[in-house]
Amino acid sequence: MGIYRVGIDVGGTHTDAVLLDENNTVIAETKSPTTEDVATGIYNAMHKIIKDANVPRDQIKYAMLGTTHCTNAIVERKRLNKIAVVRIGAPATLAVKPLIGVPKDLREALGKHVYLVRGGHEFDGREITALDTDYLYKIANEIKGKVDSIAITSVFSPVSQTHEHKASEIFTEVLGDQVSISLSSEIGSVGLLERENATILNASVVNVAKTAADGFIKALKSEGIEANVFFGQNDGTLMSVDYAVKYPIFTVACGPTNSLRGASYLSNLSDAIVVDVGGTTSDVGVLVQSFPRESSLAVEIGGARTNFRMPDLISIGLGGGTIVRIQEDGQFTIGPDSVGYRLPEKGLVFGGDTLTTTDVAVALGKVKLGDASKVAHLNKEILNKVYDRMVEMVEEAIDKMKTSPAPVPVILVGGGSILLPDVLKGASAVIRPEHSGVANAIGSAISQVSGQIEKIYVLDEIGREQALESAKSQAMSEAIKAGADPDSLVVVDIEDIPLAYLPGNATRIRVKAAGELARSNKEQLA
Amino acid sequence: MRKIGVQEIEDIAVGAALLGTGGGGDPYIGKLMAIQAIEEYGEITLLDADEVPDDALVVPSSMMGAPTVMLEKAPSGEEALVAFRNLEAYLGEKIYATFPIEAGGVNSMLPFALAARLGLPVVDADGMGRAFPELQMVTFYLDGIPATPAILADEKGNTVLLSTIDNVWTERIARAATVQMGGSAMTAMYSMRGRNLKESGIQNILKLEEEIGRTIRLAKENNVNPVREVIKKVKGYQLFHGKVNDINRKTESGFAKGTATFEGMQENKGETLTLRFQNEHLLARTEQRLLCVTPDLIAVLDAETGLPITTEGIRYGARCIVIGIPCHPKWRTEKGIATVGPKYFGYHVDYVPVEKLVKEGVRS
Repeated sequence: MGIYRVGIDVGGTHTDAVLLDENNTVIAETKSPTTEDVATGIYNAMHKIIKDANVPRDQIKYAMLGTTHCTNAIVERKRLNKIAVVRIGAPATLAVKPLIGVPKDLREALGKHVYLVRGGHEFDGREITALDTDYLYKIANEIKGKVDSIAITSVFSPVSQTHEHKASEIFTEVLGDQVSISLSSEIGSVGLLERENATILNASVVNVAKTAADGFIKALKSEGIEANVFFGQNDGTLMSVDYAVKYPIFTVACGPTNSLRGASYLSNLSDAIVVDVGGTTSDVGVLVQSFPRESSLAVEIGGARTNFRMPDLISIGLGGGTIVRIQEDGQFTIGPDSVGYRLPEKGLVFGGDTLTTTDVAVALGKVKLGDASKVAHLNKEILNKVYDRMVEMVEEAIDKMKTSPAPVPVILVGGGSILLPDVLKGASAVIRPEHSGVANAIGSAISQVSGQIEKIYVLDEIGREQALESAKSQAMSEAIKAGADPDSLVVVDIEDIPLAYLPGNATRIRVKAAGELARSNKEQLA
Repeated sequence: MRKIGVQEIEDIAVGAALLGTGGGGDPYIGKLMAIQAIEEYGEITLLDADEVPDDALVVPSSMMGAPTVMLEKAPSGEEALVAFRNLEAYLGEKIYATFPIEAGGVNSMLPFALAARLGLPVVDADGMGRAFPELQMVTFYLDGIPATPAILADEKGNTVLLSTIDNVWTERIARAATVQMGGSAMTAMYSMRGRNLKESGIQNILKLEEEIGRTIRLAKENNVNPVREVIKKVKGYQLFHGKVNDINRKTESGFAKGTATFEGMQENKGETLTLRFQNEHLLARTEQRLLCVTPDLIAVLDAETGLPITTEGIRYGARCIVIGIPCHPKWRTEKGIATVGPKYFGYHVDYVPVEKLVKEGVRS
């Protein structure tokens, strides 16, 4: 009896789906338009892939979903939870109150119940002051029935989580399990405001994630499928539904990550640069040991500065539907606007009225698509210049992402990648794997499960070896909690950054462990 | 005299990052403190140094310790206030106005946050005209103004009154106390008279920062090149146009030390620039020649937006324009060079003013 898995990835233009067998061979693939409510697009793609694959439905055991539900809710400020924001750290931090740096509309939506509580820690783990538990009880009673989610952020919680945990206990004691609680120490790293923003955003999309998960499970059931459901997160690994509903913020930007992971799998390369050419933009990312390199800079989500892990990406305004404008004197512009998903009606080669990058490639004979005679009249000399510039844009982005001048392999994926040539400056090889059009959905389907820990250790106290061991075992237990098989766990990333100006040799250590889905999951279902 | 509101603070913060020459701590948290204080207490009065009476007591407000700590354990806002109150009690006199000790980096913003709360004016002058890492690296020190009596205060309510024999001892004791206070503290030191500030301070530095910020902000809508406009504004020089191709950092006795190399583009094609930094960018040179060295300012700007890039923000592949800006003449004296010149930071080169280095470059 076979075991099949469905992978779905929601993009801005298309929702892609694949169905793989137990050897991860692609049995069927499909692209369908992304719908405004996201969910309908997912159900459509799912329905089609299951129909096309025509495998026994009871053998579809896994369903992996990379979705934009949470990102959209934050960006549109819609469907957000009623939340309470609790910061532990007073009297410190009062000079910058929660949400001070975020756009006004978001501040209004999420800043209705903001509390500053005495407590928090110093960088070396000492208490700034004792936790004000009386006030926490008072807050709990005050917000009873008024909020459905709470974001708790304590000063230096990446060093000591005790105050966040204590506060969480108090809220659960008073409010029960119905109110979900987000702890900053489980979401972001050092940098109070950024971590707090990420925690607040997490708390605000808990219900959105729940709805997405319930809807997906229901849709699977209506197809007659009892699969184990996982959500893709932005580090390229999976989380169980329980975990995803607790940490929905990690689903943000999982799409580009999925395409990076898919590219790695399809090309069998662990270290490379990946160019994902979509309809409107191209995302350029870097694979390090089969995982996306993470950004070291603050990342804005919906206008709020956050510091939690995100893939390091450059997005350029060049896709298959990017509009090309040529003036009479031969000057031209490429984008940044695009006909997007309407390329099949708007592009010249499809009988439309708009000159796009795809038309340029077809006219020059680089790609066979649509009706080439519709672009035969265009001035080849100018088109060659346009095409050279398109390639240059990609080459520049590749160059910006490299960490050394040495050439590296470049993997091209995404529907628009047919536009690009087989030779690129700075690339040791240009690889176009099979099924590259749905690399993102494949990335979603083949994902592993991971756990990550990031903490500050004072090395003068416990020593580097012991600090690393402690961080590793915590990362592994996080991965197991998220559903990984303990036997297949590997540490995939270790980073330690000494902190400037801090005595006692304080170092921030970050460890990530990843492994296959736990067997117990598989056995349960087999 | 004029009023400073949120937009002015936003602009000054960008200028402060630029004059921070890569270091000085990210002004971001200080900017948010100032904005919150303005929202709560109203706009701030900014005075020209000339508008301050000669015998008025003026005191800068600044932070000491690790900017990383401050990004996590943000101030309560009370520390700076307590430091001022305690200093007033010790001196038996009211403070007339505050000002930034260091116009580059986060310390540019902190006097605004305090001034809004106390209803004090801020004076448009500082003691560096840029950012430097040590307490004695101020123009006031060159003119013999002592750092103490000084107050250190933390958010818990602890204060320390320092009365020391010299600035080395001030640095030593203050540093130790700061660690016990949790890694960052607010200070009130270098108290002085209006006449001292006029004589020893670097004037109109906040105005310059505001203009830098505004220039960069408006460049796009005015359709002008932000880098060129900034260079004009600061009377600086474009030293190099290139792309980062190597970056090497290490933390050594509390300093982020390192080098970055840039591969030349366009007019600098074929050349390589090496940039050395210790928190701040201190020395820029190509294989052939020295381009700019401390105490002249070296700023790395994003070639497209003109926005300043900090040493932590320098990443492989970034397209940058490195600019040099002449420092204030006070730093070009013998004592100035001894305090903040290349030899103090361990670079075996003689100080040559950037305008001279640039001219020689043109000739050769």
